[in-house]
Amino acid sequence: MMAFVRQVLVIMAKDLRAELRTKEAINASLSFALVVLLLFSFAFDPSEETTREISGGLLWIVFAFAGTLLLNRSFARELNNDCLDALISAPISGAALFLGKALANYVLVLAVELIALPLFGVFYNVRWTSQFWQLMMVIALATWGMTVTGTMFSALTVNIRLREVMLPILNFPILIPALLGAMQLTSALVAGKPIAADNDAWLKMLIGFDVMYTAVSVFLVETVLVGG
Amino acid sequence: MNAVGVESVWKFYGDYPALRNVSLSAAPGACLALIGRNGAGKTTLLRTIAGFSRPGKGKIAIFGNSPRDTATRRLMGFIGHGISVYDELSALENLMLFGKLYGLADPKKTALEWLERTGLDRVKDGLVREFSRGMRQRLAVARAFLHSPKVLLLDEPFTALDDRAIAVLQRLLHEALSEGKTIVMSTHQLREALELATHVALLNRGQVAFHGPRTAEMVADPGWVYARYGEG
Amino acid sequence: MRDKILYIIGAVALILLARDMYLITGFPAEANQGAIFKIIFFHVPMAITALTCAMVAFVASILFLITKNFQYDALAVAVTEVGLAFLAGNLITGSIWGRVAWGIWWAWDARLTSALVCWLLYAGYLMLRNAIEEPTQRATFAAVFSIFAFIDVPIVIFSIKWWRTQHPQPVFWGGGSFPPDWSAVFGWQMLAILLVGVVFTAVRLRQEQFQREIDSLRRMAHAL
Repeated sequence: MMAFVRQVLVIMAKDLRAELRTKEAINASLSFALVVLLLFSFAFDPSEETTREISGGLLWIVFAFAGTLLLNRSFARELNNDCLDALISAPISGAALFLGKALANYVLVLAVELIALPLFGVFYNVRWTSQFWQLMMVIALATWGMTVTGTMFSALTVNIRLREVMLPILNFPILIPALLGAMQLTSALVAGKPIAADNDAWLKMLIGFDVMYTAVSVFLVETVLVGG
Repeated sequence: MNAVGVESVWKFYGDYPALRNVSLSAAPGACLALIGRNGAGKTTLLRTIAGFSRPGKGKIAIFGNSPRDTATRRLMGFIGHGISVYDELSALENLMLFGKLYGLADPKKTALEWLERTGLDRVKDGLVREFSRGMRQRLAVARAFLHSPKVLLLDEPFTALDDRAIAVLQRLLHEALSEGKTIVMSTHQLREALELATHVALLNRGQVAFHGPRTAEMVADPGWVYARYGEG
Repeated sequence: MRDKILYIIGAVALILLARDMYLITGFPAEANQGAIFKIIFFHVPMAITALTCAMVAFVASILFLITKNFQYDALAVAVTEVGLAFLAGNLITGSIWGRVAWGIWWAWDARLTSALVCWLLYAGYLMLRNAIEEPTQRATFAAVFSIFAFIDVPIVIFSIKWWRTQHPQPVFWGGGSFPPDWSAVFGWQMLAILLVGVVFTAVRLRQEQFQREIDSLRRMAHAL
């Protein structure tokens, strides 16, 4: 068990170190988040009260788009020099490899989100801090859901043509329930309303989504890596 | 017990059998050279032995165990077509990463040792992306030998290597054989390979056309096996 | 032998469909909604057939991962394609009904929206298959994705239901009622459409087998 945790951390540290050395994906993701935030302000008048009501939705679209850029890199990083071969032949389980990569992605996606969040607050005049901890919880849960399926699909699409396009095409429809829940909760939270009986079903759904897909991914990842 | 045992292995791409009923073995201390034309199934066989994919039918055993067992994987070292080290990490970081994954007692010490043995100790903190081709290849060799594997699986090891890397690799392979380790390699470079090999297997369209000890004729004339057992 | 069975099933399906059409046109218009209500005889059986297809695809995908038998992979892709066609029929009939009943083609009704999301999910499955060259990898990855998609179906349905209940929504069948003597015809119609699905799947399955044979012959030719 200790060995498993250590392997997960080694893989995670490796991915983070490789990414932070070039900062290619994280820079691209951040710039993209900014561009989309800006574009939305042209589409929806940012000073209108109605825009504030849909702000949760806008925010998660930005997060999903920006996150996809990071997730795309996850297994593509292993493609150069056939690094995946070395990882698969190393004495670690597919689950440890998967969780290590998923956690590295999680840290990167969260970092981009937490930088984009205050900018969003400023641009759209949203007081997102009023329910700070509950908002953080929603972001943490929905981002994990996005990362876990995204990392899995990054492994599924790594060898194929049109990889960059395929990942969102596969990931977004699967994520619709999680994104829907995150949007509903975020809209309420940035409007200053804490999670209550009328919307805590979304929170439960997010938790269920995360648990379910984490379990299925960990269970199936060995099949994906070693194949038939 | 055989170090490497391949028992009636079939491997399919869809319905097409890329390997047909392949049976081979290598005893501890043996060096088996897999030869054959492009598309004969050498790489497929080697990757199946290494546990990158499961055989469709039949069994692979490394010292009697499945190559997918974690304990077995600790015994195996693989050099494939790519160098399998990360461009964004330094030479030392790369070796330490794999040292940790293989659960070595002192990853840093072992990594430094291998950097010295492959002549990379002066550039240990340099990023791999800045390395010349030859340096990258030597690092790839160091990565594969790092955990002192008992079974070495090499896919076309001498192709695309520069002279210095070939020298390093050959020295290490001779050393490994003298220590009783087992080597299975696929190769086109018959001369280099046959000098090292104790056994030879010729694959033809996914089938074993010949499997036996290396003989003097083969070293004298590398084309001999092909001529004798045919391109069929 | 297999051909004969297929022809017989197809013929039965056609006869049933023709008979049902005749009976359905003979029914009086429904009290609240008029003739358009009769679209339910196609709309609902198509949805149920599509859902059945998703379930079969899920089971076939699991069986493929366990057995590595390509028959299951062929079955999975065949039922997914057929299911998508039926789901498309369901979406179109639902939309036509919406146009007549509510005056708009698309009202973000919970059930239709869920159907659309499911359609996108399984369209992704086919795109993924298309993009992967190597047959074993294609079958394995597609099976994994099919499992992911099927797990999502109930989550999508529930979440979209919650989402819509937070907004005013039109009542689904506009308060139309189902006369009891229609039920028997509905049952036969359900059977007829399911049988059409079976025939489509069988034909598609056969195609998939030929395709695999061709692929393997081509590889063999390349190897020569």
